[in-house]
Amino acid sequence: MSDKLAVRAEAERLFAFFKAGGAEPVDADLLQPAGTLLDLYGEDIRARAYVTQDPDAGEMMLRPDFTVPVVQTHMREGGEPARYTYMGEVFRKQQSGSDRAREYLQVGYEVFDRENPEAADAEVFALFAEALSPLGLRAATGDIGVLKAAVGCLSTTGRRKAALMRHIWRPRRFRGLLDRFTGRVATDPLRLATLAMVAQDGAEAVLERAGPRIGQRSAGDVLRRLNALAEDAAAPAIGRAEAEVLDTILSLRETLPNARNQLRDIAVDLPGLTPALERMERRMEALAQAGVDVAGLPFEASFGRTTMEYYDGFVFGFLAEARPDLPPVATGGRYDALTRVLGRGAEIPAVGGVIRPGLVQILREGLA
Amino acid sequence: MTLKLGVPSKGRLMEKTFDWFAARGVTMRRTGSDREYAAEVEGADLDLVLLSAGEIPRELQAGRIHLGVTGSDLVRERIPAWEAVVKAMQPMGFGYADLIIAVPAFWVDVNTLEDLDAAAADFRRSHGHRLRIATKYHRLVREFLRDAGVADYQLVDSQGATEGTVKNLTAEAVADITSTGETLRANHLKLLSDGLIHRSQAVLFKSRVAEWSDADRAALEQLSDRLR
Repeated sequence: MSDKLAVRAEAERLFAFFKAGGAEPVDADLLQPAGTLLDLYGEDIRARAYVTQDPDAGEMMLRPDFTVPVVQTHMREGGEPARYTYMGEVFRKQQSGSDRAREYLQVGYEVFDRENPEAADAEVFALFAEALSPLGLRAATGDIGVLKAAVGCLSTTGRRKAALMRHIWRPRRFRGLLDRFTGRVATDPLRLATLAMVAQDGAEAVLERAGPRIGQRSAGDVLRRLNALAEDAAAPAIGRAEAEVLDTILSLRETLPNARNQLRDIAVDLPGLTPALERMERRMEALAQAGVDVAGLPFEASFGRTTMEYYDGFVFGFLAEARPDLPPVATGGRYDALTRVLGRGAEIPAVGGVIRPGLVQILREGLA
Repeated sequence: MTLKLGVPSKGRLMEKTFDWFAARGVTMRRTGSDREYAAEVEGADLDLVLLSAGEIPRELQAGRIHLGVTGSDLVRERIPAWEAVVKAMQPMGFGYADLIIAVPAFWVDVNTLEDLDAAAADFRRSHGHRLRIATKYHRLVREFLRDAGVADYQLVDSQGATEGTVKNLTAEAVADITSTGETLRANHLKLLSDGLIHRSQAVLFKSRVAEWSDADRAALEQLSDRLR
């Protein structure tokens, strides 16, 4: 059997496994409208997805993932609760010179269920662990919900918290903002000069002098942000102790029970963490019930922070430790916010993940 | 086969290129009629290939020329992982231009990339679409903004008169080449203090992917001695 056929057979096996678990098979178009993906992931997706042009539909992308079309299908016509599985190619542009696959099969499993999100998290993780169990992979887990809760706990302005939340997935900008909010990096002198002028002459006059009001971003937009900047300049810096706690949380790498214990200690001083911590504990119970060895399960608070996915809660991956050259064999997580963005007013808690049968096949060959 | 050198086929860039080589003892001159793209060289074993500056990166990448003179901005924009494909042999000291990000001067709340990012988030919320940046340098701008952690923007293609796009309501900001900033000011735009994407100049590039015969290498070595 050629490699390609062997990979397809592996995909079929995984697809059948998820179907046998009660998931409804779904499919999605290979050509996806680029606009939706660009609005979701930003321009960066252009570096990772193949873009093409249709005379009527405009810019299209070769399907870079299934999550978006599957969520759209569910929001349009799905009943509740729902469990889906799919199998098909996805396409990812790679850096020049890279030998990573540009097209490969994915088999996925997604759960849309309002009843018990932590049980759904555990269900997906346990199912993936079972499907991949012969390969001896290292599991990794994390929780973007804990990070969001930690940001939410900071005693600072709503605007600063919103700015940090927005950049949880861009660690460098996140760090830059945090450094400024804690006073470790000084405020831009040009901004201070502008604010001083505004305080002296009034915002309208400063705007008037600066030039004609051109473009779609209006004077009102500028004035509103000037106000926000003045408020920000008056707001006290985030304290050193608080910033250190946030750093501790961000760099937490432990077994799940130890991570939970550390977070519990932190939550004594930061009661705002408690709801996220309780979700984490409910998930641990659900994982244990599903037969997962929770005591040895690794937890990395920052896991999933740099992937393009829209994960905002539990995240997980399965990695081949003996093959650090390979990308993760499987990844997944919770993406409640994505359903809100794509649902036009509707939303539903959702969790799921994908397996790359091509990698499974490589590892199986290694075992044989 | 002789060593092939691609040079800009017209305008100031061509003249400056000819002057630069002449100052190093290699004389180049257009031959035939004004409209005929042919040229000859004295003082080096070279075949001159007259090309539009914009096409020289592509020819270097295809290995159809061994050497080429073009702007470093064009090479970075048009050749993915350019350092693996070409080698910058010598900066030539002309054709200076900065690729920068500019916004309307009346945006007194925006001076840095951090401001641009925050303004883009607000803009998207209030206007319902991502903040548009007009440019023809898609790759360079996208990579620069990604590294800077700027989100909620959208690149719109503009192949000319880019500075006019804001006034024409087709973009909110621009990323373009400027040498003196005169056109920016005339169009009521200002630079971001940390918005310099690339400082470009004309560079003599060597193709790493062209076929290099022993004779080509020898010719290059001779030429290199001249240019040093």
